[in-house]
Amino acid sequence: MRIEARNLSFAVRGKTLLQDVLLAVQPGETLALVGPNGSGKSTLMRLLSGLAKPSQGEVLLADKPLTSLTRREIAQRIAIVEQQADTAERITARSVVELGRTPWLSVLKPWSGQDTQLVDKALRTVEMEGFASREWATLSGGERQRLHIARALVQQPGLLLLDEPTNHLDIHHQLSILNCIRNLKVTTVVALHDLNQALTCDRVAVLSHGRLVACGAPAQALAPETVSEIFGIKARWLQDAEGEEPFLSFQLA
Amino acid sequence: MSAAAALAWQGIRGACLALPVLAAAVLAGAMIGETALAPDLVLSVLANKLAGAGLPVDPVDQGIIWSYRLPRALVAAACGAALAVAGVVLQALLRNALADPYILGISAGASTGAVAVTIAGLGGGALSLSFGAFNGALLAFGFVAILARAAGAGGNRAATAQIVLAGIAGSQLFNALTAFIIAKSANADQARGIMFWLMGNLSGVRWPDVWLAVPLAMAGWMICRFHARALDAFTFGSDSAASLGIPVRWVQVVLIFATALMTAVMVSIVGSIGFVGLVIPHAARFLVGPGHRRLMPAAALTGAVFLIAADIASRIIIPGQVLPIGVVTALIGAPSFAVILVRGQRTAR
Repeated sequence: MRIEARNLSFAVRGKTLLQDVLLAVQPGETLALVGPNGSGKSTLMRLLSGLAKPSQGEVLLADKPLTSLTRREIAQRIAIVEQQADTAERITARSVVELGRTPWLSVLKPWSGQDTQLVDKALRTVEMEGFASREWATLSGGERQRLHIARALVQQPGLLLLDEPTNHLDIHHQLSILNCIRNLKVTTVVALHDLNQALTCDRVAVLSHGRLVACGAPAQALAPETVSEIFGIKARWLQDAEGEEPFLSFQLA
Repeated sequence: MSAAAALAWQGIRGACLALPVLAAAVLAGAMIGETALAPDLVLSVLANKLAGAGLPVDPVDQGIIWSYRLPRALVAAACGAALAVAGVVLQALLRNALADPYILGISAGASTGAVAVTIAGLGGGALSLSFGAFNGALLAFGFVAILARAAGAGGNRAATAQIVLAGIAGSQLFNALTAFIIAKSANADQARGIMFWLMGNLSGVRWPDVWLAVPLAMAGWMICRFHARALDAFTFGSDSAASLGIPVRWVQVVLIFATALMTAVMVSIVGSIGFVGLVIPHAARFLVGPGHRRLMPAAALTGAVFLIAADIASRIIIPGQVLPIGVVTALIGAPSFAVILVRGQRTAR
């Protein structure tokens, strides 16, 4: 599902967090969103998902303004995994994933066997099938993160927004989640801190101080000069003996 | 089986489980008291009154059962169910385990309204205490709602905290007004009387109260039950609910107004009975888990039975004297709640 941000700006209490962002993500594409802390990644995510309303500009989902859709219609098309979503409820892992079916259920369309199958499948995808009956409070940060991703998957979205989904994950699960995301047929926007992981996505958008400073093929958008300037470090390409693709290496400037 | 049929079946099954328990509790409420009356006597009175059976029953007994104990038990049930359900809803919406039906200033406003009528003499004796309490409750709730709205509650992440804070501000204000009126114009007897009322009192309850409380509790319950899945979606906060397709602002407004109205009516009939709306939701959650589709009926049933039991206890603990029911709910409720908390901790995996 195609999503387009047209001249998006967002200000809160007089502070501009995002300015004139122009961006289009094509159906099936995986776009990595990178940038320093406070560069506006999460804000952009919230605007794209309709959780926040832009001060200026608009978001188009499949060429329709997001504002023309109801909350439920948006939730049937867009799933978002935000950072640090936590609860004190004594809810089981499985119930967390089941929440993802909410936009598809109604009084006259109650839970069915098909919903159960989707939940089972999502739990397998994030390698959490053995944890289904565990209580939320007993799970680690990484396990919780994987459940949130599974919850987003059972929403069967056409667009998946993931705000730093690899936070709290060990390297095995970082790679397996990223692999899973790339293999999904849905359009995905994923905010990432690891620039080398961003290199493996279809395209990369770079935010700095609320502005989009680069957007394009990973190797171009993340050119060492751009990265060095934005993060205030020294970056260069490195090639190891076995790997085919070069990767970025960093040191303090 | 079609979806509608499945839904109807679910409702029938639930009713089959809940109604016998509720009926037994109401029966107990009619039997037990200063004079204990046999169950067959209660059933005879019911047969006489409802079906015109004409069975021979002592008119005094019949009067006690039909005019006093039955309405009392039924209102206790409605009130317990309504307060428990309101507690469930507000705890879920406000993401706050300490939320109860009075968090929106309703009980504080009701007491201000009550003292304004009874002590300050508002309305010159033409208004009833219930009328004053109900309007005071709505006034306080209106104040809290406007304050919360002005403080920016609704869309953003800090919204629920704003509602809670506005509720605290409203409660403090109206409690101060109550204290002011009592200090200024009440004599010792009036002050004692109003204190009794504030802690909950079912002794004045008659059939007209039943016709108000029971349908209202049922309607309120249905509205809340209808939103059970939406309340589940609030598990990870209002942003998460929104991303799951819940029209957050709308659900908040509908449910907060529904619970406020339910609570205001109950408080104006029986006074502000504490503890039920706070503790029963937690107890019910302990019994059936946090999912609202099961929690809603469980909390309503537990609340109803608990308040009938508390009312019975308030009539028999001290012979010849009726305790305020709020004292009983706290005296029974607090220790039982402590047990649940400790057990819950132990069984947590």
